[in-house]
Amino acid sequence: MKYIIAAIKPFKLDEVKDALTDLGVRGLMVTEIKGFGAQSGHTEIYRGAEYAISFVPKVKLEIAAPDALADQIVEVLATTARTGKIGDGKIFVLDLEQATRVRTGETGEDAL
Amino acid sequence: MKIKTFLSLATVAALVPLAGLAQEADLTPPPQDIGYIFTTFMFIVTGVLVFWMAAGFSMLEAGLVRSKNVTMQLMKNISLFSLAAILYYLVGYNLMYPGDGWTIPYVLGGFSPAVMEPVGLADTATDLTYASVASDFFFQLMFAAATASIVSGALAERIKLWPFLIFTIVLTGLIYPIQASWKWGGGFLGADDGFIATTFGQVFQDFAGSTVVHSVGGWAALAGALILGPRIGKYGKDGRVNPFPGSNLTLATLGTFILWMGWFGFNGGSQLYMDTASNVADISRILANTNAGAAGGAIAAMILTQLLYKKPDLTMVLNGALAGLVSITAEPLTPSLGSATLIGMIGGIIVVFAVPFLDKLRIDDVVGAIPVHLMAGIWGTLAVPLTNPSSTFLGQLTSVVIVGAFVFSVSAVVWLVLKAVMGLRVAPDDEVMGLDKAELGMEAYPEFANI
Repeated sequence: MKYIIAAIKPFKLDEVKDALTDLGVRGLMVTEIKGFGAQSGHTEIYRGAEYAISFVPKVKLEIAAPDALADQIVEVLATTARTGKIGDGKIFVLDLEQATRVRTGETGEDAL
Repeated sequence: MKIKTFLSLATVAALVPLAGLAQEADLTPPPQDIGYIFTTFMFIVTGVLVFWMAAGFSMLEAGLVRSKNVTMQLMKNISLFSLAAILYYLVGYNLMYPGDGWTIPYVLGGFSPAVMEPVGLADTATDLTYASVASDFFFQLMFAAATASIVSGALAERIKLWPFLIFTIVLTGLIYPIQASWKWGGGFLGADDGFIATTFGQVFQDFAGSTVVHSVGGWAALAGALILGPRIGKYGKDGRVNPFPGSNLTLATLGTFILWMGWFGFNGGSQLYMDTASNVADISRILANTNAGAAGGAIAAMILTQLLYKKPDLTMVLNGALAGLVSITAEPLTPSLGSATLIGMIGGIIVVFAVPFLDKLRIDDVVGAIPVHLMAGIWGTLAVPLTNPSSTFLGQLTSVVIVGAFVFSVSAVVWLVLKAVMGLRVAPDDEVMGLDKAELGMEAYPEFANI
Protein backbone atom coordinates (compact mmCIF):
# COMPACT_ATOMS: atom_id res chain seq x y z
CA MET A 1 0.00 0.00 0.00
CA LYS A 2 1.06 3.58 -0.60
CA TYR A 3 0.28 6.80 1.24
CA ILE A 4 0.08 9.78 -1.12
CA ILE A 5 0.34 13.34 0.18
CA ALA A 6 -0.26 16.22 -2.22
CA ALA A 7 -0.29 19.99 -1.70
CA ILE A 8 -2.25 21.69 -4.47
CA LYS A 9 -3.85 25.03 -5.31
CA PRO A 10 -7.17 25.34 -3.42
CA PHE A 11 -9.25 26.19 -6.50
CA LYS A 12 -8.21 22.86 -8.12
CA LEU A 13 -9.73 20.74 -5.35
CA ASP A 14 -13.08 19.94 -6.97
CA GLU A 15 -11.53 19.05 -10.31
CA VAL A 16 -8.94 16.79 -8.66
CA LYS A 17 -11.57 15.10 -6.49
CA ASP A 18 -13.73 14.30 -9.54
CA ALA A 19 -10.75 12.91 -11.47
CA LEU A 20 -9.71 10.72 -8.53
CA THR A 21 -13.25 9.41 -8.03
CA ASP A 22 -13.40 8.47 -11.72
CA LEU A 23 -10.18 6.56 -11.22
CA GLY A 24 -11.72 4.54 -8.40
CA VAL A 25 -10.34 6.27 -5.35
CA ARG A 26 -12.84 5.73 -2.56
CA GLY A 27 -11.41 7.85 0.22
CA LEU A 28 -9.68 11.19 0.54
CA MET A 29 -8.60 13.43 3.41
CA VAL A 30 -8.44 17.19 2.83
CA THR A 31 -6.86 19.87 5.03
CA GLU A 32 -6.52 23.60 4.46
CA ILE A 33 -2.89 24.46 5.02
CA LYS A 34 -0.43 27.30 4.53
CA GLY A 35 3.13 26.90 3.42
CA PHE A 36 5.88 27.97 1.08
CA GLY A 37 7.90 26.33 -1.63
CA ALA A 38 10.49 27.43 -4.13
CA GLN A 39 8.97 30.90 -4.61
CA SER A 40 9.06 31.59 -0.81
CA GLY A 41 5.72 33.40 -0.69
CA HIS A 42 5.15 36.81 -2.23
CA THR A 43 4.74 40.46 -1.23
CA GLU A 44 1.71 42.72 -0.98
CA ILE A 45 1.42 46.49 -0.44
CA TYR A 46 -0.81 48.01 2.25
CA ARG A 47 -0.97 51.79 2.43
CA GLY A 48 2.34 52.12 0.63
CA ALA A 49 4.24 49.66 2.83
CA GLU A 50 5.38 46.38 1.30
CA TYR A 51 4.94 43.28 3.40
CA ALA A 52 5.69 39.62 2.86
CA ILE A 53 3.07 36.90 2.61
CA SER A 54 5.46 34.15 3.74
CA PHE A 55 2.90 31.36 3.80
CA VAL A 56 0.58 30.78 0.87
CA PRO A 57 -2.76 29.01 1.32
CA LYS A 58 -2.86 25.49 -0.14
CA VAL A 59 -4.98 22.38 0.16
CA LYS A 60 -3.38 19.16 1.39
CA LEU A 61 -4.77 15.82 0.14
CA GLU A 62 -3.96 12.53 1.81
CA ILE A 63 -4.84 9.27 0.03
CA ALA A 64 -4.19 5.71 1.13
CA ALA A 65 -4.11 3.54 -2.03
CA PRO A 66 -3.45 -0.04 -3.13
CA ASP A 67 -0.06 -0.48 -4.79
CA ALA A 68 -1.69 -1.13 -8.17
CA LEU A 69 -3.45 2.22 -8.19
CA ALA A 70 -0.71 4.43 -6.73
CA ASP A 71 1.11 5.39 -9.93
CA GLN A 72 -2.14 6.26 -11.70
CA ILE A 73 -3.24 8.44 -8.77
CA VAL A 74 0.02 10.37 -8.90
CA GLU A 75 -0.37 10.73 -12.65
CA VAL A 76 -3.95 12.00 -12.37
CA LEU A 77 -3.04 14.38 -9.52
CA ALA A 78 -0.14 15.82 -11.47
CA THR A 79 -2.11 16.40 -14.64
CA THR A 80 -5.36 17.64 -13.06
CA ALA A 81 -3.80 20.04 -10.52
CA ARG A 82 -1.36 21.50 -13.04
CA THR A 83 -1.76 25.09 -14.25
CA GLY A 84 1.83 25.46 -15.43
CA LYS A 85 2.37 28.47 -13.16
CA ILE A 86 4.49 28.80 -10.03
CA GLY A 87 2.84 27.35 -6.93
CA ASP A 88 1.08 24.31 -8.42
CA GLY A 89 2.26 22.19 -5.49
CA LYS A 90 4.01 18.88 -4.73
CA ILE A 91 3.11 15.18 -4.50
CA PHE A 92 4.85 12.79 -2.10
CA VAL A 93 4.44 9.00 -2.00
CA LEU A 94 5.23 6.96 1.13
CA ASP A 95 5.09 3.22 1.86
CA LEU A 96 2.08 2.44 4.01
CA GLU A 97 2.58 -0.36 6.53
CA GLN A 98 -0.88 -0.92 7.92
CA ALA A 99 -4.53 0.09 7.44
CA THR A 100 -7.57 -0.83 9.54
CA ARG A 101 -11.26 -0.18 8.90
CA VAL A 102 -12.64 0.87 12.27
CA ARG A 103 -16.18 -0.49 11.79
CA THR A 104 -15.28 -4.08 10.75
CA GLY A 105 -11.68 -4.54 11.84
CA GLU A 106 -10.61 -5.43 8.27
CA THR A 107 -6.93 -4.76 7.63
CA GLY A 108 -4.59 -4.25 4.69
CA GLU A 109 -5.93 -3.39 1.21
CA ASP A 110 -9.37 -4.67 2.25
CA ALA A 111 -9.60 -1.71 4.60
CA LEU A 112 -9.04 0.88 1.86
CA MET B 1 -69.06 48.69 4.96
CA LYS B 2 -70.03 49.68 8.47
CA ILE B 3 -66.41 50.11 9.42
CA LYS B 4 -65.78 52.30 6.36
CA THR B 5 -68.65 54.60 7.28
CA PHE B 6 -67.42 54.82 10.82
CA LEU B 7 -63.91 55.67 9.68
CA SER B 8 -64.98 58.44 7.36
CA LEU B 9 -67.18 59.88 10.07
CA ALA B 10 -64.25 59.75 12.48
CA THR B 11 -62.06 61.55 9.97
CA VAL B 12 -64.56 64.33 9.54
CA ALA B 13 -64.94 64.61 13.30
CA ALA B 14 -61.19 64.88 13.71
CA LEU B 15 -60.89 67.57 11.05
CA VAL B 16 -63.65 69.79 12.38
CA PRO B 17 -61.70 71.42 15.21
CA LEU B 18 -58.76 72.10 12.85
CA ALA B 19 -60.99 73.76 10.30
CA GLY B 20 -62.50 75.90 13.03
CA LEU B 21 -59.08 76.96 14.24
CA ALA B 22 -57.91 77.88 10.75
CA GLN B 23 -60.78 80.27 10.42
CA GLU B 24 -59.99 81.96 13.71
CA ALA B 25 -56.19 82.42 13.37
CA ASP B 26 -53.99 82.88 10.29
CA LEU B 27 -50.93 80.68 10.93
CA THR B 28 -48.85 82.04 8.04
CA PRO B 29 -45.64 83.46 9.51
CA PRO B 30 -45.21 87.19 9.10
CA PRO B 31 -42.84 88.04 6.21
CA GLN B 32 -40.08 89.37 8.49
CA ASP B 33 -39.95 85.98 10.27
CA ILE B 34 -39.43 83.89 7.14
CA GLY B 35 -35.68 84.41 6.73
CA TYR B 36 -35.15 83.64 10.43
CA ILE B 37 -37.25 80.51 10.15
CA PHE B 38 -35.46 79.16 7.09
CA THR B 39 -31.96 79.91 8.37
CA THR B 40 -32.73 78.39 11.76
CA PHE B 41 -34.22 75.35 10.08
CA MET B 42 -31.09 75.03 7.95
CA PHE B 43 -28.84 75.06 11.03
CA ILE B 44 -30.94 72.36 12.67
CA VAL B 45 -30.82 70.08 9.62
CA THR B 46 -27.18 70.68 8.73
CA GLY B 47 -26.25 70.40 12.42
CA VAL B 48 -27.80 66.94 12.50
CA LEU B 49 -25.78 66.04 9.38
CA VAL B 50 -22.54 67.22 10.98
CA PHE B 51 -23.45 65.31 14.14
CA TRP B 52 -23.69 62.18 11.99
CA MET B 53 -20.02 62.64 11.05
CA ALA B 54 -19.26 61.42 14.59
CA ALA B 55 -20.72 58.09 13.48
CA GLY B 56 -18.60 58.26 10.34
CA PHE B 57 -15.39 58.83 12.28
CA SER B 58 -16.33 55.98 14.65
CA MET B 59 -16.92 53.49 11.85
CA LEU B 60 -13.86 54.58 9.85
CA GLU B 61 -11.61 54.22 12.88
CA ALA B 62 -13.21 50.96 14.04
CA GLY B 63 -12.55 49.53 10.59
CA LEU B 64 -8.94 50.68 10.31
CA VAL B 65 -7.70 49.52 13.72
CA ARG B 66 -7.00 45.88 14.53
CA SER B 67 -9.86 43.90 16.02
CA LYS B 68 -8.24 43.88 19.48
CA ASN B 69 -8.62 47.68 19.74
CA VAL B 70 -12.08 48.25 18.26
CA THR B 71 -14.06 48.62 21.49
CA MET B 72 -11.56 51.20 22.75
CA GLN B 73 -11.84 53.19 19.54
CA LEU B 74 -15.63 53.24 19.82
CA MET B 75 -15.42 54.18 23.51
CA LYS B 76 -13.13 57.10 22.66
CA ASN B 77 -15.40 58.32 19.89
CA ILE B 78 -18.61 58.42 21.87
CA SER B 79 -16.96 59.88 24.97
CA LEU B 80 -15.02 62.53 23.06
CA PHE B 81 -18.18 63.66 21.32
CA SER B 82 -20.06 63.91 24.60
CA LEU B 83 -17.22 65.77 26.30
CA ALA B 84 -17.01 68.18 23.36
CA ALA B 85 -20.73 68.88 23.71
CA ILE B 86 -20.36 69.75 27.40
CA LEU B 87 -17.17 71.77 27.00
CA TYR B 88 -18.48 73.73 24.06
CA TYR B 89 -21.48 74.68 26.20
CA LEU B 90 -19.42 75.59 29.27
CA VAL B 91 -16.70 77.70 27.61
CA GLY B 92 -16.27 76.97 23.90
CA TYR B 93 -19.20 78.82 22.34
CA ASN B 94 -18.64 82.23 23.89
CA LEU B 95 -14.88 81.88 23.61
CA MET B 96 -15.35 81.35 19.87
CA TYR B 97 -18.12 83.91 19.31
CA PRO B 98 -17.52 86.66 21.90
CA GLY B 99 -19.43 89.36 19.99
CA ASP B 100 -18.41 92.48 21.91
CA GLY B 101 -17.25 90.47 24.91
CA TRP B 102 -13.56 89.91 24.02
CA THR B 103 -11.22 89.42 26.99
CA ILE B 104 -8.32 90.51 24.75
CA PRO B 105 -9.73 92.16 21.59
CA TYR B 106 -9.46 89.97 18.47
CA VAL B 107 -7.35 87.37 20.32
CA LEU B 108 -9.15 85.92 23.33
CA GLY B 109 -12.92 85.70 23.58
CA GLY B 110 -15.21 85.70 26.60
CA PHE B 111 -15.46 83.11 29.36
CA SER B 112 -19.10 82.27 30.01
CA PRO B 113 -21.44 79.36 29.30
CA ALA B 114 -23.69 79.38 26.25
CA VAL B 115 -27.25 80.57 26.88
CA MET B 116 -30.21 79.88 24.61
CA GLU B 117 -33.14 82.23 24.03
CA PRO B 118 -36.13 81.67 26.37
CA VAL B 119 -38.92 79.21 25.58
CA GLY B 120 -41.15 80.58 22.83
CA LEU B 121 -38.86 83.61 22.44
CA ALA B 122 -40.80 85.11 25.36
CA ASP B 123 -40.02 88.71 26.27
CA THR B 124 -37.07 89.07 23.92
CA ALA B 125 -36.36 91.38 21.05
CA THR B 126 -35.07 88.67 18.68
CA ASP B 127 -32.70 89.63 15.88
CA LEU B 128 -34.63 88.23 12.93
CA THR B 129 -31.81 88.75 10.43
CA TYR B 130 -29.96 85.60 11.46
CA ALA B 131 -31.02 82.39 13.22
CA SER B 132 -31.87 81.24 16.73
CA VAL B 133 -28.93 81.15 19.14
CA ALA B 134 -29.78 77.56 20.04
CA SER B 135 -29.57 76.43 16.40
CA ASP B 136 -26.29 78.28 15.93
CA PHE B 137 -24.86 76.73 19.11
CA PHE B 138 -26.08 73.27 18.05
CA PHE B 139 -24.48 73.61 14.61
CA GLN B 140 -21.17 75.04 15.84
CA LEU B 141 -20.65 72.50 18.61
CA MET B 142 -20.61 69.71 16.02
CA PHE B 143 -17.51 71.29 14.46
CA ALA B 144 -15.69 71.29 17.79
CA ALA B 145 -16.51 67.60 18.18
CA ALA B 146 -15.29 66.82 14.64
CA THR B 147 -11.93 68.39 15.49
CA ALA B 148 -11.50 66.03 18.44
CA SER B 149 -12.56 62.99 16.37
CA ILE B 150 -9.64 63.62 14.03
CA VAL B 151 -7.16 63.22 16.88
CA SER B 152 -8.51 59.90 18.12
CA GLY B 153 -7.84 58.06 14.86
CA ALA B 154 -4.21 59.11 14.58
CA LEU B 155 -3.33 58.03 18.12
CA ALA B 156 -5.28 54.78 18.12
CA GLU B 157 -4.12 51.40 19.45
CA ARG B 158 -1.64 52.68 22.06
CA ILE B 159 -2.89 55.75 23.95
CA LYS B 160 -4.57 55.39 27.35
CA LEU B 161 -8.22 56.40 27.53
CA TRP B 162 -8.12 59.06 30.24
CA PRO B 163 -5.17 61.20 29.09
CA PHE B 164 -6.76 61.20 25.66
CA LEU B 165 -10.07 62.42 27.08
CA ILE B 166 -8.34 65.12 29.15
CA PHE B 167 -6.68 66.32 25.96
CA THR B 168 -10.10 66.34 24.30
CA ILE B 169 -11.36 68.64 27.06
CA VAL B 170 -8.52 71.12 26.47
CA LEU B 171 -8.90 70.88 22.69
CA THR B 172 -12.66 71.42 22.49
CA GLY B 173 -12.90 73.82 25.44
CA LEU B 174 -9.89 76.04 24.73
CA ILE B 175 -7.60 75.32 21.77
CA TYR B 176 -10.27 74.94 19.10
CA PRO B 177 -12.56 77.82 20.14
CA ILE B 178 -9.70 80.27 20.73
CA GLN B 179 -8.19 79.84 17.27
CA ALA B 180 -11.64 79.61 15.66
CA SER B 181 -12.54 82.99 17.20
CA TRP B 182 -9.63 84.52 15.29
CA LYS B 183 -11.39 83.72 12.02
CA TRP B 184 -15.07 82.98 12.58
CA GLY B 185 -15.54 84.99 15.78
CA GLY B 186 -14.32 88.13 14.02
CA GLY B 187 -10.78 88.11 15.45
CA PHE B 188 -7.51 89.22 13.87
CA LEU B 189 -7.60 86.67 11.04
CA GLY B 190 -11.16 87.30 9.95
CA ALA B 191 -12.08 90.90 10.84
CA ASP B 192 -12.05 93.58 8.12
CA ASP B 193 -9.81 95.68 10.36
CA GLY B 194 -7.83 92.69 11.65
CA PHE B 195 -4.16 91.85 11.14
CA ILE B 196 -4.51 89.75 7.98
CA ALA B 197 -6.86 92.19 6.20
CA THR B 198 -4.75 95.24 7.03
CA THR B 199 -1.48 93.49 6.12
CA PHE B 200 -2.49 91.65 2.95
CA GLY B 201 -5.52 93.60 1.76
CA GLN B 202 -7.98 90.71 2.14
CA VAL B 203 -9.16 88.76 5.16
CA PHE B 204 -8.22 85.13 5.74
CA GLN B 205 -10.77 82.98 3.87
CA ASP B 206 -11.69 79.59 5.29
CA PHE B 207 -15.29 78.84 4.41
CA ALA B 208 -16.06 75.76 6.52
CA GLY B 209 -12.72 75.06 8.11
CA SER B 210 -9.96 73.36 6.10
CA THR B 211 -7.66 75.20 8.50
CA VAL B 212 -9.93 76.18 11.39
CA VAL B 213 -11.30 72.66 11.90
CA HIS B 214 -9.36 70.04 9.94
CA SER B 215 -5.81 71.27 10.18
CA VAL B 216 -6.40 71.99 13.88
CA GLY B 217 -7.31 68.34 14.47
CA GLY B 218 -4.34 67.39 12.30
CA TRP B 219 -1.83 69.58 14.17
CA ALA B 220 -3.05 68.28 17.53
CA ALA B 221 -2.79 64.72 16.19
CA LEU B 222 0.71 65.33 14.83
CA ALA B 223 1.93 66.69 18.18
CA GLY B 224 0.35 63.69 19.90
CA ALA B 225 1.76 61.12 17.47
CA LEU B 226 5.29 62.56 17.84
CA ILE B 227 5.16 62.54 21.64
CA LEU B 228 3.34 59.23 21.93
CA GLY B 229 5.61 57.31 19.53
CA PRO B 230 4.69 54.53 17.10
CA ARG B 231 2.89 51.30 17.92
CA ILE B 232 5.07 48.39 19.01
CA GLY B 233 6.35 46.55 15.96
CA LYS B 234 5.19 49.12 13.42
CA TYR B 235 8.70 50.10 12.38
CA GLY B 236 11.40 47.45 12.15
CA LYS B 237 15.14 47.74 11.77
CA ASP B 238 16.69 49.38 8.68
CA GLY B 239 13.59 51.41 7.86
CA ARG B 240 11.19 48.49 7.54
CA VAL B 241 7.51 49.42 7.78
CA ASN B 242 5.23 46.65 9.00
CA PRO B 243 1.61 47.14 7.95
CA PHE B 244 -1.11 46.39 10.49
CA PRO B 245 -4.10 45.81 8.21
CA GLY B 246 -7.42 47.16 9.47
CA SER B 247 -9.96 44.84 11.03
CA ASN B 248 -12.97 45.65 8.87
CA LEU B 249 -12.85 47.53 5.60
CA THR B 250 -16.64 47.28 5.29
CA LEU B 251 -17.01 49.50 8.35
CA ALA B 252 -14.23 51.79 7.13
CA THR B 253 -16.07 52.26 3.83
CA LEU B 254 -19.40 52.84 5.57
CA GLY B 255 -17.69 55.40 7.80
CA THR B 256 -16.28 57.20 4.78
CA PHE B 257 -19.69 57.39 3.11
CA ILE B 258 -21.24 58.69 6.37
CA LEU B 259 -18.56 61.37 6.59
CA TRP B 260 -19.12 62.26 2.94
CA MET B 261 -22.85 62.65 3.67
CA GLY B 262 -22.24 64.65 6.84
CA TRP B 263 -19.96 66.95 4.90
CA PHE B 264 -22.95 68.29 2.96
CA GLY B 265 -24.12 69.72 6.27
CA PHE B 266 -20.62 70.77 7.26
CA ASN B 267 -20.02 72.87 4.14
CA GLY B 268 -23.63 73.61 3.21
CA GLY B 269 -24.56 74.94 6.65
CA SER B 270 -21.45 77.11 6.67
CA GLN B 271 -23.17 79.41 4.20
CA LEU B 272 -24.80 80.56 7.48
CA TYR B 273 -27.90 81.99 5.77
CA MET B 274 -30.80 80.45 3.91
CA ASP B 275 -33.05 83.51 3.82
CA THR B 276 -32.82 84.53 0.16
CA ALA B 277 -32.87 82.93 -3.27
CA SER B 278 -29.19 83.74 -3.75
CA ASN B 279 -28.27 82.01 -0.47
CA VAL B 280 -30.23 78.90 -1.39
CA ALA B 281 -28.54 78.85 -4.80
CA ASP B 282 -25.15 79.20 -3.10
CA ILE B 283 -25.89 76.31 -0.74
CA SER B 284 -26.72 74.22 -3.80
CA ARG B 285 -23.39 75.15 -5.40
CA ILE B 286 -21.63 74.23 -2.16
CA LEU B 287 -23.22 70.78 -1.98
CA ALA B 288 -22.45 70.03 -5.63
CA ASN B 289 -18.84 71.22 -5.27
CA THR B 290 -18.36 69.31 -2.02
CA ASN B 291 -19.46 66.15 -3.76
CA ALA B 292 -17.18 66.87 -6.72
CA GLY B 293 -14.18 67.35 -4.42
CA ALA B 294 -14.76 64.01 -2.72
CA ALA B 295 -15.18 62.18 -6.01
CA GLY B 296 -12.01 63.77 -7.39
CA GLY B 297 -10.02 62.78 -4.31
CA ALA B 298 -11.21 59.17 -4.41
CA ILE B 299 -10.51 58.67 -8.12
CA ALA B 300 -7.11 60.34 -7.93
CA ALA B 301 -6.08 58.05 -5.05
CA MET B 302 -7.39 54.99 -6.87
CA ILE B 303 -5.57 55.69 -10.13
CA LEU B 304 -2.38 56.68 -8.33
CA THR B 305 -2.22 53.56 -6.14
CA GLN B 306 -2.90 51.42 -9.23
CA LEU B 307 0.03 53.08 -11.02
CA LEU B 308 2.40 53.03 -8.02
CA TYR B 309 1.55 49.67 -6.46
CA LYS B 310 -0.08 47.74 -9.33
CA LYS B 311 -3.25 47.32 -7.27
CA PRO B 312 -5.66 50.04 -6.10
CA ASP B 313 -5.60 50.31 -2.28
CA LEU B 314 -9.11 50.70 -0.83
CA THR B 315 -7.91 52.34 2.39
CA MET B 316 -6.12 54.97 0.29
CA VAL B 317 -9.23 55.52 -1.84
CA LEU B 318 -11.24 56.11 1.34
CA ASN B 319 -8.58 58.52 2.60
CA GLY B 320 -8.52 60.12 -0.85
CA ALA B 321 -12.25 60.84 -0.77
CA LEU B 322 -11.90 62.43 2.67
CA ALA B 323 -8.85 64.41 1.55
CA GLY B 324 -10.91 65.69 -1.38
CA LEU B 325 -13.60 66.78 1.07
CA VAL B 326 -11.08 68.50 3.35
CA SER B 327 -9.49 70.25 0.35
CA ILE B 328 -12.77 71.72 -0.89
CA THR B 329 -13.87 72.80 2.59
CA ALA B 330 -11.88 76.04 2.60
CA GLU B 331 -13.77 77.26 -0.47
CA PRO B 332 -16.69 75.15 -1.64
CA LEU B 333 -18.67 78.10 -3.07
CA THR B 334 -16.62 79.87 -5.73
CA PRO B 335 -15.07 76.98 -7.73
CA SER B 336 -16.77 75.53 -10.79
CA LEU B 337 -17.58 71.82 -10.71
CA GLY B 338 -14.41 71.19 -12.72
CA SER B 339 -12.19 73.23 -10.40
CA ALA B 340 -13.75 71.56 -7.36
CA THR B 341 -12.98 68.13 -8.83
CA LEU B 342 -9.37 69.16 -9.50
CA ILE B 343 -8.93 70.66 -6.02
CA GLY B 344 -10.19 67.37 -4.56
CA MET B 345 -7.95 65.31 -6.86
CA ILE B 346 -4.85 67.11 -5.64
CA GLY B 347 -6.00 66.34 -2.09
CA GLY B 348 -6.22 62.65 -3.02
CA ILE B 349 -2.75 62.74 -4.57
CA ILE B 350 -1.32 64.38 -1.43
CA VAL B 351 -2.67 61.51 0.69
CA VAL B 352 -1.11 58.77 -1.43
CA PHE B 353 2.32 60.35 -1.10
CA ALA B 354 1.93 61.58 2.49
CA VAL B 355 1.02 58.23 4.08
CA PRO B 356 4.32 56.48 3.18
CA PHE B 357 6.19 59.74 3.82
CA LEU B 358 4.98 59.81 7.44
CA ASP B 359 5.97 56.15 7.77
CA LYS B 360 9.44 57.07 6.56
CA LEU B 361 9.61 59.64 9.37
CA ARG B 362 8.32 56.97 11.77
CA ILE B 363 5.26 59.02 12.63
CA ASP B 364 2.61 56.37 13.22
CA ASP B 365 -0.80 57.69 12.15
CA VAL B 366 -3.16 54.71 12.30
CA VAL B 367 -5.98 55.98 10.07
CA GLY B 368 -4.18 58.59 7.95
CA ALA B 369 -5.63 61.56 9.84
CA ILE B 370 -2.56 63.74 9.40
CA PRO B 371 -2.36 63.39 5.59
CA VAL B 372 -6.13 63.77 5.23
CA HIS B 373 -6.92 66.56 7.65
CA LEU B 374 -3.66 68.45 8.07
CA MET B 375 -1.93 68.21 4.70
CA ALA B 376 -5.05 68.33 2.51
CA GLY B 377 -6.37 71.04 4.85
CA ILE B 378 -3.31 73.20 4.17
CA TRP B 379 -3.63 72.55 0.43
CA GLY B 380 -7.32 73.48 0.42
CA THR B 381 -6.62 76.70 2.31
CA LEU B 382 -3.82 77.73 -0.02
CA ALA B 383 -6.00 76.89 -3.05
CA VAL B 384 -8.70 79.43 -2.10
CA PRO B 385 -7.11 82.34 -4.06
CA LEU B 386 -7.29 80.21 -7.23
CA THR B 387 -11.05 80.69 -7.38
CA ASN B 388 -11.87 83.40 -4.84
CA PRO B 389 -10.42 86.88 -5.57
CA SER B 390 -11.33 88.05 -2.04
CA SER B 391 -8.29 86.27 -0.65
CA THR B 392 -4.53 86.46 -1.03
CA PHE B 393 -2.04 83.63 -1.14
CA LEU B 394 0.20 85.25 1.46
CA GLY B 395 -2.75 86.01 3.73
CA GLN B 396 -3.84 82.38 3.53
CA LEU B 397 -0.30 81.09 4.12
CA THR B 398 0.28 83.41 7.06
CA SER B 399 -2.97 82.32 8.66
CA VAL B 400 -2.11 78.64 8.17
CA VAL B 401 1.24 79.24 9.87
CA ILE B 402 -0.27 81.23 12.76
CA VAL B 403 -2.98 78.66 13.46
CA GLY B 404 -0.52 75.79 13.03
CA ALA B 405 2.09 77.29 15.35
CA PHE B 406 -0.51 77.99 18.04
CA VAL B 407 -2.27 74.63 17.90
CA PHE B 408 0.88 72.53 17.52
CA SER B 409 2.77 74.22 20.36
CA VAL B 410 -0.14 74.33 22.83
CA SER B 411 -1.06 70.73 21.99
CA ALA B 412 2.55 69.62 22.44
CA VAL B 413 2.68 71.27 25.88
CA VAL B 414 -0.58 69.60 26.92
CA TRP B 415 0.59 66.19 25.67
CA LEU B 416 3.95 66.58 27.45
CA VAL B 417 2.28 67.58 30.71
CA LEU B 418 -0.10 64.61 30.47
CA LYS B 419 2.85 62.34 29.71
CA ALA B 420 4.74 63.59 32.76
CA VAL B 421 1.76 63.49 35.14
CA MET B 422 -0.06 60.29 34.21
CA GLY B 423 1.71 58.75 31.21
CA LEU B 424 0.20 58.53 27.73
CA ARG B 425 0.87 54.96 26.66
CA VAL B 426 -0.49 51.69 27.92
CA ALA B 427 2.08 49.15 29.11
CA PRO B 428 3.77 47.18 26.29
CA ASP B 429 2.08 43.93 27.42
CA ASP B 430 -1.31 45.61 27.32
CA GLU B 431 -0.63 47.09 23.89
CA VAL B 432 0.21 43.66 22.50
CA MET B 433 -2.83 42.08 24.18
CA GLY B 434 -5.02 44.85 22.83
CA LEU B 435 -6.59 47.84 24.54
CA ASP B 436 -10.02 46.21 24.51
CA LYS B 437 -9.04 43.48 26.96
CA ALA B 438 -6.39 45.47 28.86
CA GLU B 439 -8.16 48.80 29.41
CA LEU B 440 -11.83 47.90 29.06
CA GLY B 441 -12.14 44.15 29.66
CA MET B 442 -14.55 44.03 26.75
CA GLU B 443 -13.95 42.87 23.21
CA ALA B 444 -15.73 44.06 20.07
CA TYR B 445 -15.63 40.59 18.54
CA PRO B 446 -15.56 38.15 21.49
CA GLU B 447 -16.62 35.17 19.41
CA PHE B 448 -13.77 35.43 16.93
CA ALA B 449 -10.85 33.26 17.95
CA ASN B 450 -7.52 35.04 17.78
CA ILE B 451 -4.72 32.50 17.86
